[in-house]
Amino acid sequence: MSSSTENAPAAGDYIVHHLTHLTNTGHKQAAIIDWTIINVDTLFWSVSMGVLAIIFMVIAARRATSGVPGRLQGAVEMLVEMVETQSKAIVHGDRRFIAPVALTVFIWILFMNALDFLPVDLLPRIAELFGVHHQRIVPTADLNGALGMSLGVLLLCLYYNIKIKGFGGWVHELFTAPFGNHPLLYPVNFIMQMIEFVAKTVSHGMRLFGNMYAGELVFMLIALMGSTATALGFFGHVVAGSIWAIFHILIVVLQAFIFMMLTLVYIGQAHESH
Amino acid sequence: MNLNATLFAQLAVFFVLAWFTMRFVWPPIMKALDERAGKIADGLAAADKAKADLVHAEKKAAEELRHARESAAEFRSGAEKQAAQLLEEARTEAARVISAARDAAQAEAGVAAQRAKEALREQVALLAVAGAEKILRKEINPQAHAELLSQLKSEL
Repeated sequence: MSSSTENAPAAGDYIVHHLTHLTNTGHKQAAIIDWTIINVDTLFWSVSMGVLAIIFMVIAARRATSGVPGRLQGAVEMLVEMVETQSKAIVHGDRRFIAPVALTVFIWILFMNALDFLPVDLLPRIAELFGVHHQRIVPTADLNGALGMSLGVLLLCLYYNIKIKGFGGWVHELFTAPFGNHPLLYPVNFIMQMIEFVAKTVSHGMRLFGNMYAGELVFMLIALMGSTATALGFFGHVVAGSIWAIFHILIVVLQAFIFMMLTLVYIGQAHESH
Repeated sequence: MNLNATLFAQLAVFFVLAWFTMRFVWPPIMKALDERAGKIADGLAAADKAKADLVHAEKKAAEELRHARESAAEFRSGAEKQAAQLLEEARTEAARVISAARDAAQAEAGVAAQRAKEALREQVALLAVAGAEKILRKEINPQAHAELLSQLKSEL
């Protein structure tokens, strides 16, 4: 017990260390909002997973024939079919861009979330061998990652609002919906609409971030149990780690699916007049 | 929990990936799916058509079989009729031949009997003459009584 306290960092230090991003400045971000800082690890892993998702889909698309499909093609086709069905049911209008967005979002987030399955210490420890001292590998467990995507969805919502209703029509809707067309109600309507847009976007990103962040944190706590290097700790680590990892399979897929569905729902709302 | 420029980088990545998917991934997969749906529909239609064809062919085969059976029966009855006719013809021919043979035999027998009668008559006449000669050797002159004798011969 004494040796572990000497060599291993204290529990608090361990958690804080694992929750610190690798930034371009090399220091931990001090302010809550600082636009000069960029999380290199989040960016690296999200782009990597994006590229992986793209490669995965491109391979399937390359092999796509109308003949008997192989396993990979069958799997991707099932996803495409699922996304196509959902988008058809939710979005009424031109879906040439929207359906691919939903597919991309689903597979990309699925891949990023799946990074959580890797042992929490594996990649940070490897990075440490190369002199990189901070590494968080799950991009969706970074608020910037999750909110960045929900912000993209917000932009798409605004774009389709203007495209479908025209700029005038959209502004008209901003002031007359949801309560009605009356000068006294204009400010209330506008405030409600603004709240709606902000709430949608923030909750969209926060939901994904919260789930993945919590999942990552629980994995770290379980790893802490193992790091005590006692029989009980080892046993607890194995049992709790297995249970949480199995449960996490559900969370990883479900969160990706929910993010995709909400993307479609929000863009679908932009297509409908109040 | 801090916000920084990663937000915008992620935003850009989001659109790049979405654009890429729209441009290079979605169309070929959808095309393959639609094509396969078309192929399956064609296949199902072909299967339905084949089923209908099979029913039709079976009906046709049954009809052909019935036809063949009918014509075979017809043929057989014709053959039987012909055989009966042949038999009848043979029978009448045989009867005719038999009766002709009988007639010929009868005629021949008649002729033979006649000839025998003639021969017998002549012999009887000769016998009678001989008898008469023996009895009347002296009184009767064969030349003088030749007429009487030949009359007697014809009466026998």
